[in-house]
Amino acid sequence: MSPASYVFLAVILFVIGAVGVLVRRNAILIFLSVELMLNSCNLAFVSFSRLRGNLDGQVVAFFVMVVAAAEVVVGLAILMAIYRARRSASVDDANLLKN
Amino acid sequence: MTTLAATGVFRLSWLLLAFPVFGAAVLLLGGRRTDKWGHLLGVLMSLASFVYGVIAFFALLGQTGAGRSQDLHVYSWIPVNGFQANIGLLIDPLSICFVLLITGVGSLILIYSVGYMAHDSDRRRFFGYLNLFIAAMLLLVISDNYLGLYVGWEGVGLASYLLIGFWQFKPTAAVAAKKAFIANRVGDVGLSLAIMLMFAEFGTFNFPGVLDSAKSGGTGVTTALGLLLLLGACGKSAQVPLQSWLLDAMEGPTPVSALIHAATMVTAGVYLIVRSNPIFNASPTAQLAVTVVGAVTLLFGAIIGCAKDDIKKALAGSTMSQIGYMFLAAGLGPAGYVFAIAHLLAHGFFKAGLFLGAGSVMHGMDDEVNMRRYGALRKFLPITFATFGLGYLAIIGIPPFSGFFTKDGIIDAAWSKGGTDGWILAACTIVGAAITAFYMTRVMLMTWYGPKRWEQEGVLGGAGAHPAYTEPQIPHPHESGLTMTIPMILLAIGSIGAGAFLIIDERLQNFLAPVIGVPFPDHGIWSWPGIIALVLAVLGVGVAWAMYGRVAIPALAPRGSVLTRAARADLYGDAFNESVLMRPGQWLTRLSVFFDSRGVDGLVNSTAATIGGSSARLRRLQNGYVRSYALSMLIGAVLIVAGLLVVRL
Repeated sequence: MSPASYVFLAVILFVIGAVGVLVRRNAILIFLSVELMLNSCNLAFVSFSRLRGNLDGQVVAFFVMVVAAAEVVVGLAILMAIYRARRSASVDDANLLKN
Repeated sequence: MTTLAATGVFRLSWLLLAFPVFGAAVLLLGGRRTDKWGHLLGVLMSLASFVYGVIAFFALLGQTGAGRSQDLHVYSWIPVNGFQANIGLLIDPLSICFVLLITGVGSLILIYSVGYMAHDSDRRRFFGYLNLFIAAMLLLVISDNYLGLYVGWEGVGLASYLLIGFWQFKPTAAVAAKKAFIANRVGDVGLSLAIMLMFAEFGTFNFPGVLDSAKSGGTGVTTALGLLLLLGACGKSAQVPLQSWLLDAMEGPTPVSALIHAATMVTAGVYLIVRSNPIFNASPTAQLAVTVVGAVTLLFGAIIGCAKDDIKKALAGSTMSQIGYMFLAAGLGPAGYVFAIAHLLAHGFFKAGLFLGAGSVMHGMDDEVNMRRYGALRKFLPITFATFGLGYLAIIGIPPFSGFFTKDGIIDAAWSKGGTDGWILAACTIVGAAITAFYMTRVMLMTWYGPKRWEQEGVLGGAGAHPAYTEPQIPHPHESGLTMTIPMILLAIGSIGAGAFLIIDERLQNFLAPVIGVPFPDHGIWSWPGIIALVLAVLGVGVAWAMYGRVAIPALAPRGSVLTRAARADLYGDAFNESVLMRPGQWLTRLSVFFDSRGVDGLVNSTAATIGGSSARLRRLQNGYVRSYALSMLIGAVLIVAGLLVVRL
């Protein structure tokens, strides 16, 4: 299986994630989609690393994982807070700054 | 012009003002409490001023040289470095003439008003205003500087406004008062500009300072001053082109018409010009303008007087015309000043007498003023008829009554001016004399002779405080009481003798010489132009008799010729003002409002609307949905990547 197939898979995953972010309203699902996009990036990095024969891409993938983990912690905490305040996980209901 | 600091009796000249000011203050501030005796206080205060005036007059006769100009410094009004405004009173031959006229005729008219206004519930207020007027008019003529004169000038304007609109519940009276006030404002602008110009050029307001500087001042300055003063004088004296208010001013009570709008206030313009004589002497242009205004107005007023059926308006047209004579005389320079003042004084007597006579007729005729409803009244009001008749003989210039001496002096002075302009002016005065004889004879015949038209037609009234009758009523004409007849008799005596007294032996000329300059060489009492004027006047009487004495006078005014209709409409003075001044003014305001609302406001509003509209459109981008922001980020990122790829490949 050529590494190029992994790149195509990464692109497909990224597009699925992006569409998920754009069309979903539930904050948790948007979060999942964002994670999907991040991991598709990781997959692309790793694939390119393999193609190029150096470790740079793999190192970056680790950084992305760390940032994603931190982001998930903070983001889920915010989500919890919003849910408690608004009784809803829909991003459209978090509109206190509007009007 | 030299003056002395006041001494002796002249140190009390402030009393002249103090009496009427006190009277006005008590009557106007005291309110209804003073109703019972208010009119007596008013008369008393005016008489007190008159008594002081007589004392000052005889004291002045006892002085010689500069002693005849007694200047009393009252107080420093605005003592600032570089700007000294003082209130000072100047008693000199010119001002004492006016003091005697104002307080003398004024007192007689106040006494008359006691009877005339007896049934008016506001008689006290009337006397308060009249005292206010006398105080302001005295300040006007005895102030020793132009600023004080201006205060008096505005004061008489205020009193005139209050008295024309005395019956303010009549819409016509209220409108007439406003009209007089506004027309006077136009003239007052001229006077105030003249005073500012004096201060800017000469640095002083005092008569000696300004008038001595004017003798040596440049022609440009004196001409500008002369024309501005003339504008002021035109407004106050109802001269063309500011004449339109005087005829409407007859809405006021008749004593007001007699005192303010015939004998005194409207002659203030003549006083102003004669007082400022060095300015006019130094500027032939300004003098020419004065004579032109005088000549035009004397014919203008006379023509209006010919067509009016309202006795007071006919007399008002005559007043304009006679003041036109005075202006013309004042414009002739040193040759004419003395006749301007002499005619002014004589006119003060006979015109006040005529107006009081008209008031007496109205009193007996239920406040009717339409002469077409008069007739044959000489049997019912014999004293009024006699005094009115003497005033009539005086105004048309029949010797030896006073108008003959003073008017012939003016005609003669115009004739002696020489040149084409002298001829034209003399012709105007002579024609004016003929028209005067015509319209005054018309008034006489319509009022006193002919059949008793009031018996067939009845009267409608309406010229006084009471509204007009809806149906004509038959009046019961009767002679007025003593308070009214005695002033008329005294004024009639003045109408007989004033002219001869002032002109024969050049009494007035010699008396006024220190103020108005070198006496004019004597031409004698009889002169050819005067005789021509007399013959034409007799002719005018004849024509009037043929038109109004020989034939019956219709109760309704016939349509008349073009000229008659024009004269009835005040020679279209109001129409002229309306179309030339008022309508363009309205268009200008409308245009300004349009420019403001559409232009200025439009520019500002459209800028705001553009910004508002575009921001409303831009706002739609900020819809608050995270996914739409995410979509724009995605599109942006894709575009950047695509761009990079395009550049790379």
